[in-house]
Amino acid sequence: MNALLSIKDLTVVVHEDGRERRLVDGVSFDIPNNSISAFVGGSGSGKTTTGLSILKLLPLGLTVSKGQILFDGDNLLNISESKMRARRGKDISMIFQEPLNAFNPVFTIGYQIEEVLRMHTKLSKNARKARILDLLKMVELSDPSRVMNNYPHQLSGGMRQRAMIAQAIAASPKLIIADEPTSNLDVTLQAKIMDLFRKLKNELNLSILLITHDLALVSHLSDYVAVMTNGQVVESGTTKQITTTPQNEYTKQLMKAL
Amino acid sequence: MFKYVIKRLLIAIPMLLGIALLTFILMRLTPGNYFDALKLDPQISKETIAHYEKLYQLDKPMFVQFMYWVKNLLHFELGHSFHYNIPVSKIIGGRLFNTFVLSFASFFLTWCVAIPLGILAAVHRNKMIDQIIQFLSYICLSLPSFFLAMILLFWTSQSGALPLGGMYSPNFEDLNFLEKVVDILKHLAIPTIALSIGSIAALQRIMRGNMLEVLGQKYILTARSKGLSEKKVVYHHALKNAINPLITLLGYEFSSLLSGAALIEIICSWPGLGSLMLTAVRSKDIYLVMASMLMGGFLFILGNLLADIALAKVDPRIRYD
Amino acid sequence: MIKQKKYLNEFDIALRGFRKNRVAMLCVYTLLFLYFTAIFADFLSPYSYKNEDRNYSYSPATPVHFVDEGKLTWPYINGLELTYNEYHARIYQTDRSVKHSLKFLVKGDEYKLLGFIPTDVHFFGIEGEGRLYLLGADSRGRDLFSRLLYGGRVSLSIGLIGVLISFSIGLIIGGAAGFYGGKIDNLLMRLCEMVMMVPGFYLLLALRAAVPDDFNSVQVYFSIIVILSFIGWAGLARIIRGMCLSLRERDYVLAARTLGVSDFTIIVKHILPHTLSYSIFAIMLSIPGYILGEAALSLLALGIQDPFASWGNMLSDAMSIVRIKFAPWILWPAFFIFLTVICFNVIGNALRDALDPMLKSEGQN
Repeated sequence: MNALLSIKDLTVVVHEDGRERRLVDGVSFDIPNNSISAFVGGSGSGKTTTGLSILKLLPLGLTVSKGQILFDGDNLLNISESKMRARRGKDISMIFQEPLNAFNPVFTIGYQIEEVLRMHTKLSKNARKARILDLLKMVELSDPSRVMNNYPHQLSGGMRQRAMIAQAIAASPKLIIADEPTSNLDVTLQAKIMDLFRKLKNELNLSILLITHDLALVSHLSDYVAVMTNGQVVESGTTKQITTTPQNEYTKQLMKAL
Repeated sequence: MFKYVIKRLLIAIPMLLGIALLTFILMRLTPGNYFDALKLDPQISKETIAHYEKLYQLDKPMFVQFMYWVKNLLHFELGHSFHYNIPVSKIIGGRLFNTFVLSFASFFLTWCVAIPLGILAAVHRNKMIDQIIQFLSYICLSLPSFFLAMILLFWTSQSGALPLGGMYSPNFEDLNFLEKVVDILKHLAIPTIALSIGSIAALQRIMRGNMLEVLGQKYILTARSKGLSEKKVVYHHALKNAINPLITLLGYEFSSLLSGAALIEIICSWPGLGSLMLTAVRSKDIYLVMASMLMGGFLFILGNLLADIALAKVDPRIRYD
Repeated sequence: MIKQKKYLNEFDIALRGFRKNRVAMLCVYTLLFLYFTAIFADFLSPYSYKNEDRNYSYSPATPVHFVDEGKLTWPYINGLELTYNEYHARIYQTDRSVKHSLKFLVKGDEYKLLGFIPTDVHFFGIEGEGRLYLLGADSRGRDLFSRLLYGGRVSLSIGLIGVLISFSIGLIIGGAAGFYGGKIDNLLMRLCEMVMMVPGFYLLLALRAAVPDDFNSVQVYFSIIVILSFIGWAGLARIIRGMCLSLRERDYVLAARTLGVSDFTIIVKHILPHTLSYSIFAIMLSIPGYILGEAALSLLALGIQDPFASWGNMLSDAMSIVRIKFAPWILWPAFFIFLTVICFNVIGNALRDALDPMLKSEGQN
């Protein structure tokens, strides 16, 4: 299989009131190289939990009870925490919804991006500064040197989201997980960010995993889709397949909303 | 920023005058003054007392007295202490400094202990160590500081480890500089600990709460997703955010420190503003009382102002323009 | 009317959450017990608070024995005698030959039960010669246990009455400031700040100095309450003002105003009841301040005077370290202050945790 990342039979549980509840139930999915995939579903479908599992960033109380996540010769679920930390930000990075809260309010944008570079590259201080400016230009931010010295609250929502993307691609990862990247933005900004994603995927040869409830985003942007509900993948395939000829009942309902 | 500071100080002036007026009225509410005790002494002639009363304007109506006092204030003269028979400014300076030393020591100890404890408790939330810390905190919060001071003094009287009160040993003048410092630190130990236990418990709980709230924020998840070590995430990303709200507390801590210090000063015989205030009140030494209250209010304003400035420097979201 | 019912239900839910907290409930029972002993202090204590016997100054406790020569008997105590040891130091020797039986419903010092029923029956005590000291005696040979019970009256009541007064003042001022906003709010808050600005203890001393010297004990008692209330109202006023500020934007307040309901009625009927449930934890958490304030004043001989007992003035004896060494039982009042304070703190915090979801959802408006 030439999949970049392969999720096999993943099950994530939480213990509540003495019982075990499955948030993710036997999910399998392959993310190919140089592609844009998407997990689509409503809230509580388990899509975000699946995404967090890839980076092993599950919140307290949630545990992986079964499954494998294969990436670059490793089962991510088995490797040590320090090895995982080396991969986070470098091989796989993540973008979040609500960028005001997703950036640390007391550090500048430049500082927070620099952290990634300091951690995962051997660039000198000046080289790092240059790279940050490049990254900010790459995400189509005008006046990158001002943005670099700004604090998160001094930027608009759209600029913050772009800065977040810049931070995610800083160490040249192979996969970016984007959790609801456009849900807080207005429609015009959404379109621009979608274009940015496509551009980055092509120029940097990386894969993007979208986690979203937004069907429009999925149909316009992604190559592959997995439809999720109740912690399970009910249908998956290419976007064309899913949107034009849905097989599953749930998927059919979803597509009606488009 | 500069304009903001000036504005704050200007607003403070009428407030301070209000406090002074309030104190003055209180002191004059009770019939009689310092000289009442002297009047009963047959050896002191009526003329002498009348002379002194005239000298200190005690024979003039209330309002006039207050005006005189304000006028002197502008010359930085705080009036005359009857009990000690020297100008107030001479005695209040030294005592103020001693109280400040005690308050600062307590503040330093509180923050050095409470912040790490709070972080520890938050990071190991609900585990054994957290529960132990919370339990001890409850106890320390409720323990009256004067009770603790008494117990510590009792313990030290048995073990002889620390001095029994006061600020200097009898042979203080003969010690070299380093020994002098150690001597004062030894005398500082009991009052500082008694004063700080309650604040440590309170601050630790607040710190823990802040840390827990911060650790639940999205940007902590972002920091982790970048591959940063847990140490960096907690002690750098989280801590910086959790501490900021505490800085606003600094100002209020100052006022409560001064207040709590007074009782401890009295019990441990620490020669500070609090014990001075007690003597002044007991002997109806009006101007001394007023000056002490004024000092208290002024230190509070100063503390709050410094805390606000510190917060503006530390938190980029706050700007005073 | 419907809105009011719904609000009561949320409060009940919070109360239920509070009841589940076993430690908090334990504290509630402890406090109820302490207040009960305070009300019936004169009945429960073997002696009156001023019953002194200087022959037994700083006498240690007389242990109650249940066993006599190996056999279980009715509880009794041995006699105590003051002698001098070889170093001419005062010591108390137990005289095993003298036995006093503990009697219940015994005749003792006269008092008025609940303030108006004259009687002289005490719950327990001994008859005849000899002194029963459950915990020891103070400098004048007065029974510490009895004085603890009497002292509880002062210390515990000052907390309740003081906070009631402060809360009333705070309610009026905070309510007015929060409801009217603007200039009135500014003025009142400046006033609050001025009061809060002066370190509490200093204000306490200064106000105490304003009380005339010739006040009798009852007047001193009430002056102390007034003084403590004067210091405490500002903090409560600010909390209430904050709540009122957010509450007056609520829909039903707006509705009432458009209907032409008078400001006063709105404040009293719609806004204040809400602040009550939210402020109850603030009240609980501030009571310790009053108890400690009275204790501090009495400690410095500026509060309740002898011969009346308060936990604070009983501790002024303990200011001398020598006395603690030889008569450590004089520290008992401090323990009870500690116990009371910890109970109020636990209850206050438990109430705040129970009300927290409510507070959070209200605050979001």
